Amino acid sequence: MITGKILYKRPKTLKDVNMSYCPGCSHSLMNKILCEIIDEFDIQKKTVVIAPVGCAVLLYDYIDCDSVEAAHGRAPAIATGIKRVNPDNIVISYQGDGDLLSIGMAETIHTANRGENITVVFMNNAVYGMTGGQMAPTTLVGQITKTTPSGRNPENEGYPIRACELINTLEAPYFIARCKVTNSKSIMQTKKILKKAIGYQINKKGYSFIEILSNCPTNWGMKPKDSNKWIQEVMSKYYPVKIFRDKGEA
Amino acid sequence: MNKKILMKGNEALAEAAIRAGCRYYFGYPITPQNEVPAYMSKRLPEVNGVFVQAESELASINMIFGAGACGARCMTSSSSPGISLMQEGISYISGAETPAVIVNMMRGGPGLGNIAPSQGDYFQAVKGGGHGDYKIIVFAPASAQEIVNFTVLAFDLTIKYRIPVMILGDGLLGQMTEPVVLPEMKEIQDDINWSICRGQDQVIIRSLYLVPENQLELHNLHLQKKYRSIEKDLNKYYEQYNANDCDYLIFAYGTTARVCKAAIDRLQKENIKIGLFRPISLWPFPKEEIISISSKIKKAFVFEMAQAQFEEDIRLSFEGKKEIKGFYKLGGAIFNDDEIYELIKKNI
Ligand SMILES: Cc1ncc(C[n+]2csc(CCOP(=O)(O)OP(=O)(O)O)c2C)c(N)n1
Ligand code: SF4
Repeated sequence: MITGKILYKRPKTLKDVNMSYCPGCSHSLMNKILCEIIDEFDIQKKTVVIAPVGCAVLLYDYIDCDSVEAAHGRAPAIATGIKRVNPDNIVISYQGDGDLLSIGMAETIHTANRGENITVVFMNNAVYGMTGGQMAPTTLVGQITKTTPSGRNPENEGYPIRACELINTLEAPYFIARCKVTNSKSIMQTKKILKKAIGYQINKKGYSFIEILSNCPTNWGMKPKDSNKWIQEVMSKYYPVKIFRDKGEA
Repeated sequence: MNKKILMKGNEALAEAAIRAGCRYYFGYPITPQNEVPAYMSKRLPEVNGVFVQAESELASINMIFGAGACGARCMTSSSSPGISLMQEGISYISGAETPAVIVNMMRGGPGLGNIAPSQGDYFQAVKGGGHGDYKIIVFAPASAQEIVNFTVLAFDLTIKYRIPVMILGDGLLGQMTEPVVLPEMKEIQDDINWSICRGQDQVIIRSLYLVPENQLELHNLHLQKKYRSIEKDLNKYYEQYNANDCDYLIFAYGTTARVCKAAIDRLQKENIKIGLFRPISLWPFPKEEIISISSKIKKAFVFEMAQAQFEEDIRLSFEGKKEIKGFYKLGGAIFNDDEIYELIKKNI
């Protein structure tokens, strides 16, 4: 028998299965971080995760919590319905950029504006991952995607939308932050922020919006390592990593 | 028994929903059903319920998807253009099998149409306006009292079968003030051991079935089996008015059927043997009853405020065995009894 101190193990809430995410994708990392936080708060049995349409569509296959699978963009509306019936449950709306800022923009803004006591985890990877790398509302100017073969041209496609800044114009949200998960330091920082957000929900403080600058090595055509470098050097220039609002600290 | 009181159809519906245990309402304003959200916004807080004015019908239908996933008695209401927006959600709710009561007080279409009464959403309601093979229970009341009765039933059935139930009325029914007897406030004890938020092992509410490959096929077969059993259980919701021993039979539902009755009374005074068959549940459709009654008559008439939508189901039941003559009003126009009287006289 091997004895000794366990330094690291799979969080209880994370199922022991193979994930369908591509190797090196931020989704798998964020699924795990979320599970760690759920375990640390011991809220597995009262947490509901809303699975979005997008690469995280099978979220409930990895996270062992109650779950409702949403239509494309509608996760915050479903989260609203659940939270209004069960205010003591912890509801997490996990969404990609196409889901949250394109087809679901109205639901996103109005759920934030009502200050629903939920936590939104926004995976901004600047493309539509699941459908094969088309332009997303967050695709950077000049960025080549399946539907912007010559690069995103603002004259035709407009400019990338900054979600945190947009949400930050509303009165109701309690906590708004943009994070990245490109190295161990930023991963730890992200976990701290997301844990704070879920803590706020537990304490019935209100709506939190946590954006994660994420990679999509597959559709960006990059190695995971290079994709993280791109987030660091390019993406975070347009999308500054910071806490936009924290009413708990104010 | 409770006293008779005067109420608008829309308000009677809202109060009936509350008495049937509905504590969650999500909706977006649209004429001619605005009395429903107005009433709910005032009344629900009094019974510790929740009213949310959603940002759109897309949102309201998904809010009741979330509330329904918790096993809650919940409702949304709208009128034709809003119901079109809800079709996506209705398909998801059907696939995921959660409860939902949806009210459509139909108005003239297509498009923005007008705000006059119509029956133009028959196909959308009964044949499935969203994608995929699914069915929803559809009740078409013809009076404020029936609105009350069938709203109460709708909540019991949506919980029992975990299938959306639609109250399909029209602008006239919703706006008309009539005497109603309201039921007592219901004590709710629903068996919802399938729902989320019960602190048990993981519950997944979904409509996605990817693996194994035949998973979705099996799910569909399960849904179809459920639909067949609902068809068997709910085959008694229709009204026959002077329908025994007649030569001619009118088929109509909702508001139109009521106007037909007045014409029938006049025609009968002239010894014309004519009656009315009025389906109240449009799905399940009382097909067996219609088949059996069709053999006893010479000719059938159909009246509806739409172009031969309801008539199509009558024709399918008749299987071409008897002559059917249909009359339609479109774009929010309504029949009056003189007109129906004249049309019948001319066509018998
Ligand atoms: C109504 C509807 N339209 C389109 C689709 C197809 N679709 C599936 S995933 C997706 C894009 C998801 O992209 P994003 O939200 O950025 O998430 P990611 O896959 O990048 O995680 C689209 C358009 C759909 N499922 N439903
Ligand atoms: S396609 Fe992109 S976002 Fe989707 S799993 Fe693969 S790497 Fe991740």
